[in-house]
Amino acid sequence: MQMTLAINGADHALDVDPRTSLLDVLRDHLDLTGSKKGCDHGQCGACTVLLNGRRINSCLTLAVMHEGDEIVTIEGLGTPDALSPLQAAFVAHDGYQCGYCTPGQICSATAMLAEIKAGWPSHVSDDLEGAPELSAAEISERMSGNICRCSAYPNIVDAIADVGRDRS
Amino acid sequence: MRPFDYQRAPSAQAAAELGAAAPASRFIAGGTNLLDLMKIEVERPETLIDISRLPLDTIEQTDEGGLRIGALVTNSDLAADPRVRRDYAVLSRALLAGASGQLRNKATTGGNLLQRTRCYYFYNPAMPCNKRDPGSGCAALEGENRIHAILGASAHCIATHPSDMAVAMLALDARVEVLAADGSTRTIALGDLHRLPGETPHIETTLNDGDLITAVTLPAPPGGRHIYRKVRDRASFAFALTSVAAVVELVDGRIATARLAFGGLAPKPWRDRAVEEALVGQAPSPALWQRAADMVLGEAQGHGSNDFKIPLVRRTLASVLDAACAGEK
Amino acid sequence: METSLKMDVPVQHSLLDSTNQNIISRPIDRVEGPLKVSGQARYAAEFKLPGMAHGVLVGAQIGKGSVARIDAGGVEAMAGVLGVVTDFDLFLRNSAQGMATEAPCQGVREIAYFGQPIALVVATTFEQARHAAQALEVTYEKGEGRFDFDAEQGKAQPKDSTLSSQGDIDAALAQAHGRVDGVWTTPSQTSAAMEPHASLAHWEGDSLVLYGSYQMLSTNRMQLADALGLDIEKVRIRAHYVGGGFGAKLGIAAESVAAALAAKALGRPVRVVMTRQQVFETTVRRSNTRQRVRLAADTDGRLTAVAHETLTANLDGEDFSEPVSAATKFLYGGANRTFGNEIVRMDQVLSGSMRAPGEAVGMLALEGAMDELAEKLGLDPVELRLRNLPDRHPGSDLPFSSRSLAECLTIGARDFGWPRRNRQPAATLDGEWWIGLGMAAAARSNMLIKSSARVSLQPDGRALVETDMTDIGTGTYTVLAQITAELLGLRVEDVAVHLGDTTFPPASGSGGSFGAASAGSSVYLACEKLREAIAGQLGGDVDTLVLSDGMARMGNISVPLADLDTGPLDATATIEPGETGENFVQAAFGAHFAEVGVNAHTGEVRVRRMESTFAAGRILNEKTATSQCYGGIVFGIGGALTEEMIHDTRHGAIVNRDLAEYHLPVNADVPQLKVRFLEERDHAANPLLAKGIGELGISGAGAALANAVYNACGVRVRDFPITLDKLIADLPDLP
Repeated sequence: MQMTLAINGADHALDVDPRTSLLDVLRDHLDLTGSKKGCDHGQCGACTVLLNGRRINSCLTLAVMHEGDEIVTIEGLGTPDALSPLQAAFVAHDGYQCGYCTPGQICSATAMLAEIKAGWPSHVSDDLEGAPELSAAEISERMSGNICRCSAYPNIVDAIADVGRDRS
Repeated sequence: MRPFDYQRAPSAQAAAELGAAAPASRFIAGGTNLLDLMKIEVERPETLIDISRLPLDTIEQTDEGGLRIGALVTNSDLAADPRVRRDYAVLSRALLAGASGQLRNKATTGGNLLQRTRCYYFYNPAMPCNKRDPGSGCAALEGENRIHAILGASAHCIATHPSDMAVAMLALDARVEVLAADGSTRTIALGDLHRLPGETPHIETTLNDGDLITAVTLPAPPGGRHIYRKVRDRASFAFALTSVAAVVELVDGRIATARLAFGGLAPKPWRDRAVEEALVGQAPSPALWQRAADMVLGEAQGHGSNDFKIPLVRRTLASVLDAACAGEK
Repeated sequence: METSLKMDVPVQHSLLDSTNQNIISRPIDRVEGPLKVSGQARYAAEFKLPGMAHGVLVGAQIGKGSVARIDAGGVEAMAGVLGVVTDFDLFLRNSAQGMATEAPCQGVREIAYFGQPIALVVATTFEQARHAAQALEVTYEKGEGRFDFDAEQGKAQPKDSTLSSQGDIDAALAQAHGRVDGVWTTPSQTSAAMEPHASLAHWEGDSLVLYGSYQMLSTNRMQLADALGLDIEKVRIRAHYVGGGFGAKLGIAAESVAAALAAKALGRPVRVVMTRQQVFETTVRRSNTRQRVRLAADTDGRLTAVAHETLTANLDGEDFSEPVSAATKFLYGGANRTFGNEIVRMDQVLSGSMRAPGEAVGMLALEGAMDELAEKLGLDPVELRLRNLPDRHPGSDLPFSSRSLAECLTIGARDFGWPRRNRQPAATLDGEWWIGLGMAAAARSNMLIKSSARVSLQPDGRALVETDMTDIGTGTYTVLAQITAELLGLRVEDVAVHLGDTTFPPASGSGGSFGAASAGSSVYLACEKLREAIAGQLGGDVDTLVLSDGMARMGNISVPLADLDTGPLDATATIEPGETGENFVQAAFGAHFAEVGVNAHTGEVRVRRMESTFAAGRILNEKTATSQCYGGIVFGIGGALTEEMIHDTRHGAIVNRDLAEYHLPVNADVPQLKVRFLEERDHAANPLLAKGIGELGISGAGAALANAVYNACGVRVRDFPITLDKLIADLPDLP
């Protein structure tokens, strides 16, 4: 199928098998290999990208469904020479080890901070209607869709808390 | 994943017509469960009808003071909706206890209702499974069934329905709006949407080919305390071993209304109105909770590794009812 | 220049204690960090080669038997399919064990376990290959298999090399003041590195280049060459970034040979990435274990007997058995001792090394038994351990190279607030949660493995390190840069570290917690040689040479490194284990303290607080070392509370073969851990005076949690993981 995807602010014309996941288009067709395939079933979060500003598992959606959407991948958040605040915080706090889940963690965290800012509650929020806190418990719960087998979790929480505090 | 014909539906009506006309078709919206299953060829649609762009993504007030939730409202948006948080807290809590932030951003209201079981054997095409391949047998019955049903199962299937959202909606007396291929619409009580497996575990709902869920409606908000308690093997991002949705109203120290629904126990979200009736008019007490549990679990049957669910439900129910009545005695 | 050192005698003085760059041990950021956080670090499956085709493995759908027929016709006619590739003789049946220098078990006509790869379907696109692989028609002849561990354990065979006994254990138990005699069980587990196994193979003439996701390239190369019948020079493996290993990538797995053979047959590069389900089914697992531990103590709380006898499982012909009692042998004293492991032959996927093979599961039993013994003796668990630290190895009588366990126990207890613990179980409630504290010691054997590296000083005064060492998240890039920078007086950013390519000098690889010390020592030796050469150029004694901030100073001479004669100025160095490995007991030690909550209604367990104190010789980078320890501790949390691969006893298949139902800890399962390192140097270990820490964190961590669960609710669970179904029947009533 012929289609166009808007990724990181640029349009990409593609001819894809309708079966192709958004993740496989990114990795195999566009060489945007920052988005990772850890399970291909939405169970690890390594493939997390931003779709119209929201975090999703790019392995569990078809590329052909996303014409006209704004997609941002880890490559669109920052580069080694110009890291985003979260990318820099992950480096400073050692919020990774092998690095494989890391782009997904950072994309997820980017959108998650926006969710907190928008006042979305979480499973651990005491009050459904109040403004959510930026506590370790809140960050951990909200980041639980991103598995890190190296288990950098404490550092990931610190990195996100650092950036979240600066923003609020 | 098998090849399929991809069609983007221009309207709900067109989607329903296409769904009825195309053999082995599936609607796709969030796709979080459907694609998961298509990748391993448990789901094998020949036509995939993309309904994700249809204008079914709003939450509106109904004339009766309830809410009409479009079928394409995402789990995230529904959980975060101020009206849901304020008036239907049990639903918000159930949604937030389910899946992950990423999945909730994609998963839709209609799709969540129609998600399929997490039975290990259903997920492995090398194994017998009456739900996946009718007549092949049930590998779970004599196999590993820690996550399986203790209520409502049959000799042909002991799989559970995995939704959290649907459990809360069931407690809230939700109704499902359906558009049929012939243009007619009907509403189904959520409790009547899912079927028990019986001898046909592959037929999971009362929907016909082409039937498109367009919305879920909630009646006016029930008063009382809302609790959704999910018990699982890790602190987050795991399916329920059991869950209890409770909306309980206490007046003058006695239970005025009680709505209880259970997840992780049965092939469908489970509600037992006899239990609710038995609670009404009674004063909260541990003995009452045990009587309620006895009623819920009267027909319960373990299959080996899921035997623990029977005491787990008993204890969880008691703690939920305690919490629901706490401070109002 | 070449140099080498065999560790036959302790290193009395390490240059790292007298150089001036002040970079070693410092918690600097990972040097490759900006690449990783921006998605620019490329892993095996992410290289692109012209004409690359996609292969998907097909696994056996029976648990035991043989392949009668593969009917490839239908699949080969499918759109995009380039071929069905199989080789009943050469395809790998099992993954290679870590450090093996030959091919693993090959030949896939016989089916030895459920999911064993039997063929590879290759197509132009991944989508085509995946579907075709699922459609491939295979006919089997079913055989009788052994899938029920409980039924098979009576046929266990002793592994002779593990048997040892001294004194009279039965007599000591009979005379004891306090004793414990129990059976602990742990389930099958999987490493579950986030990057699935992947190989991209292409041929340059008769030479193979394979981009792989492996931990130990120099031996992986030997395994792959042997499997394919190639001279080792004809095989090159590249693995610049590896998305975790934890043992599962120590040896080559099925996708490597399949990709290589397919690329050869089709005349184009072929990429094979395992599905997550295949990673579960066909790579390697940690065996389930059954462990009997017996402890006896006298009235002073001194151990008189220690016995740790274990059963593990493996396939026929596979020699590996989890060394479950590894740490039990030296951790505590006691004159009467018995150890031994027996192997149960099972037709289930290969058992091999997973993070801390031995200690990870063995310490669950030993440290659980110690907790039970402390209770029986009325002693504080910390005190019981302090009373039983042996002066020398209780079996061999060898001295410890270094051991700060007592300090870890006492400092850890103090920092955690251990003295405030209520010894009485089920005595503390917080809302509906029973609160309990538990502790355990940590110990992990230290090893040195032969390792080589080349360090060159470039004309611009910067340094280049080259070795086929891998960085699997372990911090290798960073610590090798730090060692080099420290010894050559450079800024870290002036050291380039090139890893993960077998064209570089062969290294130890990443495994067994020996990577940083082994590869780091080779880099140390090379830098030492370069220092001598620099001193020579300056015409003086190396002992008077000072290298710092890019300058070489000697007496009144001060020269920028960039002004030296670098044409060429390089050194290749090799470290080798020697007699210090035999004359000393070498291990890293620590102590874990944990607080858990057990839900009084449901039995759910939540970790609330966990603090661990470690001593592991010199810490090369406090930041990456802390992360390594976090990782180990969280493996311990998973092992204690959530992780279990469930095998169906009818065919051995792993029923929960995905990340939804194999429960790795998620972020919400892990509190903000605290890790503290004590200052220590180990002169027998290596010239860095460092010991390994990659597996230390897991050792004992789960036991601390299990002991805390008991303290919380009064229920002892000896059958891991401690899921709520094992607690619920015995939970105490709420007051």
